Amino acid sequence: MSDLTRLSAAEQSALLESREISSVELTKAHLNRIAETDGDIGAFLHVSDDALTIADEVDAARAGGVELNPLAGIPVAVKDVLCTLDMPSTAGSKILEGWVPPYDATPVARLRAARMPILGKTNMDEFAMGSSTEHSAYGITRNSWDRTRIPGGSGGGSASAVGAFQASLALGSDTGGSIRQPAAFTGTVGMKPTYGGVSRYGAIALASSLDQVGPVTRTVLDAGLLHDIIGGYDHHDSTSIADEWPSFADAARRGARGESLKGLRVGVVKELDQPGFQPGVSARFHETLTMLAAEGAEIVDVSAPNFEYAVAAYYLILTAEASSNLAKFDSVRFGLRVTPSGTPTVEDVMSATREAGFGAEAKRRIILGTYALSAGYYDAYYGSAQKVRTLIQRDFAAAFAQVDVLVSPTAPTTAWTLGEKLDDPLAMWLSDITTIPVNMAGIPGISIPIGLADEDQLPVGLQIMAPAREDARLYEVAAAIEALLDAKRGSTFSALTPAYNGGAS
Amino acid sequence: MSDITEDTVRHLANLARIALTPDEVTTLTSELAAIVSAVEKVNEVATADVPATSHPIPMENVWREDVVADELTSEQALTGAPDHDGSRFRVTAILGEEA
Repeated sequence: MSDLTRLSAAEQSALLESREISSVELTKAHLNRIAETDGDIGAFLHVSDDALTIADEVDAARAGGVELNPLAGIPVAVKDVLCTLDMPSTAGSKILEGWVPPYDATPVARLRAARMPILGKTNMDEFAMGSSTEHSAYGITRNSWDRTRIPGGSGGGSASAVGAFQASLALGSDTGGSIRQPAAFTGTVGMKPTYGGVSRYGAIALASSLDQVGPVTRTVLDAGLLHDIIGGYDHHDSTSIADEWPSFADAARRGARGESLKGLRVGVVKELDQPGFQPGVSARFHETLTMLAAEGAEIVDVSAPNFEYAVAAYYLILTAEASSNLAKFDSVRFGLRVTPSGTPTVEDVMSATREAGFGAEAKRRIILGTYALSAGYYDAYYGSAQKVRTLIQRDFAAAFAQVDVLVSPTAPTTAWTLGEKLDDPLAMWLSDITTIPVNMAGIPGISIPIGLADEDQLPVGLQIMAPAREDARLYEVAAAIEALLDAKRGSTFSALTPAYNGGAS
Repeated sequence: MSDITEDTVRHLANLARIALTPDEVTTLTSELAAIVSAVEKVNEVATADVPATSHPIPMENVWREDVVADELTSEQALTGAPDHDGSRFRVTAILGEEA
């Protein structure tokens, strides 16, 4: 058998079902790949010692004729923002170093119920605050396409794990682009579901009105298969949508058959297709539009004038909510405690603990959020940002009155060099300009790879957006575009990944 | 145009319970001033006639049955605590000497 780690999860599933391979073999192949490459890539914060046990149980169940989920026995990586009973859950922060939660996050519990071996926990910017994974308290993650580059963030660990063939499937979380932007930078697929589509129970909260958990994979079908497992109503999350959802894997299969693009109205958001974007990004994006038009799609220019204010409003809402959510790290119930000398009060202990436990970006955002919520400023900042949110939703509503889906480049650039934006927080924040409006409106968005930029030979992502609750439409359209590009290329996109088998860069 | 001073940052840090070092106060003061002047642009369009949106998918009165469910045992709840006495979280004095 050739390298199992190069296969998509759907292909791995077919080999498991036909008994050509076992889950133990498949899981070992991924654990070996992690052992060989992760010293340099740095995607994992913790590798599970339990994955092979689960794999063994799945093989026994399959041998015994038990009916299994299509992804049973396929190993999966989990972003460290999600609570796991048997592994530390730190959200990339020193303040939670070594913390093992007393419960599983719902998406994790659903992976276990589907009998998927969990490979480990992936690196991320501290509390998902960042766009490069350089704000993790536990070190950087490298981009498997060019190991001098960032993998994007905050979910750089999950994206690099999938991009470097350490896992075919991973979970991420997306507050302002943390699934989609790393997917674009690592040539992988990342889906942010409709707000409320996947339970956040047990996801360590960053900004509760924006956070959403979703799949990170190398193909659209794999994302749909994983979404089918983790999605759906959960009474533990009061924002969970109670709707019945269609099968997203079926939607992806329907799209791959090739009829979905004819007559599809595709809106190009003028404000997300700017002359200042990296030329190679714009070139691949416009080529893709030409290809869609040739397939019978109708390309429509639309304008969303209030998107100009989205980043400003986002950083007010996010920091306000984060400053409140992170108040729970108070040295009392979990995590770090730093006790100053003398006879400190509990407040002295809290202040010393939070000073020692939070990194620079977390402090920056907590201080800004505290400012935005403080007396006298609340209306001008947090209140105004919430009004901008209404305006962004109206822009989307007007656009979706004319078209079926909206498209843009997932990010204005390809992956930048490690360290490049670390000293300029505002520049880092502006890199999310293309992904943030989706979170502000709660709609679903997916990023798929569409090619390499000429100037640096790094992956470029296409973001596709649909109205709230229309996640299936995204899977169908994304799979149709992926199938067209694969046919033109004569291979999957991930087959272009430069070979890397360990060793320092 | 920003009114952010080192005193502002010290006050915010106190509200947020973070014992910032003097160097951090200096850095954050200049960063916060730049950030606040960048995000202030929301006021250009956030006029009185625009309603605020708190959550992207509006929901109201999300209740569940008022029954005990999904509870952790106190042992489970205390597993991650920095200090406890077997049934309760233990902390240092709530009030300082001057109180």
